[in-house]
Amino acid sequence: MSTHPSEMARTYGSWGTPSRARSAWISLQTIVYKETHRYLRIWIQTLVPPAITMTLYFVIFGALIGERVGPMEGYSYMEYIAPGIIMLAVITNSYNNVVSSFFGAKFQRHIEEMLVSPTPNLVILLGYVAGGVGRGLCTGAIVTAVALMFTSLPIHNWWITISVVVLTAVLFSIGGFINAIYAKKFDDIAIVPTFILTPLTYLGGVFYSISLLPEFWQGASMANPILYMVNAFRYGILGSSDVHIVFSYAMMLLFIIALGGFALYLLHRGTGLRS
Amino acid sequence: MTALSVSELTKTYAGGKIALQKVNLTVDAGAFFGLLGPNGAGKSTLIGIISTLVNKSGGTVRVFGHDLDRDPWAVKSSIGLVPQEFNFNNFETVEQIVLNQAGYYGIPRRIARQRAEHYLHSLGLWERRDTVSRTLSGGMKRRLMIARALIHEPRLLILDEPTAGVDIELRRSMWDFLRHINDQGTTIILTTHYLEEAESLCKDIAIIDDGQIIENTDVKSLLQRLSTHAFLLDVDHVPQPLPQIDGFPLKRVDDYILEAEVPRGRALSELFAALSEHGVSVTSMRNKSNRLEELFLRLVESNDPTPAEPAESDQERVQ
Repeated sequence: MSTHPSEMARTYGSWGTPSRARSAWISLQTIVYKETHRYLRIWIQTLVPPAITMTLYFVIFGALIGERVGPMEGYSYMEYIAPGIIMLAVITNSYNNVVSSFFGAKFQRHIEEMLVSPTPNLVILLGYVAGGVGRGLCTGAIVTAVALMFTSLPIHNWWITISVVVLTAVLFSIGGFINAIYAKKFDDIAIVPTFILTPLTYLGGVFYSISLLPEFWQGASMANPILYMVNAFRYGILGSSDVHIVFSYAMMLLFIIALGGFALYLLHRGTGLRS
Repeated sequence: MTALSVSELTKTYAGGKIALQKVNLTVDAGAFFGLLGPNGAGKSTLIGIISTLVNKSGGTVRVFGHDLDRDPWAVKSSIGLVPQEFNFNNFETVEQIVLNQAGYYGIPRRIARQRAEHYLHSLGLWERRDTVSRTLSGGMKRRLMIARALIHEPRLLILDEPTAGVDIELRRSMWDFLRHINDQGTTIILTTHYLEEAESLCKDIAIIDDGQIIENTDVKSLLQRLSTHAFLLDVDHVPQPLPQIDGFPLKRVDDYILEAEVPRGRALSELFAALSEHGVSVTSMRNKSNRLEELFLRLVESNDPTPAEPAESDQERVQ
């Protein structure tokens, strides 16, 4: 080990000492780069499985069973379920990316690298959410490509389609973040996706229109937040929805603000992170 | 200037365990400060609070004049932490780990690369920069943690047992490196179980026990408190019964080793001459234990800053 002197002053050379805002921006870039690199490095675990699973959905539910189901809301069954299946991939992958990455950082304790640094809590949250959104959109794009092999997707409104998918990915990334904060062991990061997220997704109108349900279950379905996202996305692609698009946006924004605020509160308190 | 000022710091964990009881501590800028204490004394809790990994229950922490509660950004920017346990991403390479850490501190990538090269060279890790961290040896992992903590060039470097488990050669070279960093103006706080390390590196020392600072002074003053010093003498034979030599209590260790207590101010030549009169030749000698270790044991055992009795051998407790 050599001990040659450090000639570097405690400044950043020609950059000067960075402002807090610039420092936070560099921190955000670092986290986003790290998170993106993480899910791309393990693409066989992160990007390939949803493509295979969703292909099976299209083959089984769309091609084989769908032909017997017949048209729904004026569209072929394959066309009708394609937006929901894309959304299913976006939801599960954005959630899983953040919950596994953040809990992994907690478990290995390298989250402490961030906690001891001046990285603001908001930047930590945004960085992980950006990673989740990135993976959600990547898998969404892959599943869309798969869907196009089975059916056509006439985009009714590009802006609605893109904004809904982004907002959904943001919302479920925040959800994954909160789950990771509370998780103490690996089992804990599987409980919410298995027992809450998956049932809500399947019951959120991915494979059917809620107008087919009895009146009571139609009402009950309205309490499922995923219903609004699936239907808003379907509206963006097909122009058909069980719920009003404005109401869907309002619900998504409301959940994002509420869960985002809660995640920041947990970070500020150090819940699950600081003794 | 004061690098660290801790005032009335308390920590009570959920469940009621009191880890720190109104701790007051000041570390001057530029100091090489040792924080010693037995396991569970509160060292890691204290370091955890200063580095914001542990929430305090009460009291204040100021780093270079910045209050931890009011300006955590300034406090965090000033501190580099080398924790006791490895806490880097096992799947990232050495260089990625260091560069990411620089990013968290807001250091532009171009500057971060220059610094990473500098510190990885300094710590003998440059050739391993593309190695995934989990495959490094224990000593390399320790050095990686130091490089990571220095990447933002902190004014205060906190090292929590940085040389635990590393071989003696590497430990000595890490000492040289830390001395060098300290000479350049970085204030260093070191916790260690190797009291030889603390005696060699630190100018000032605090001893913490049971959540309280029981001693806080410079090493020189502390060592002057030793009224006696124990030596192990290798002799040609140990006579039976043991000779009674005035002022030098003797104890038989085995057939060829004597333990002698030498009061401060008495010359060793007096002891050798007296042994020679009894027909005992001393072939070599060594310290029974490190001087600081003797004091440490006395202070911790009695929780009394004015020790009177010589220390018993209790190497396992501190090592």
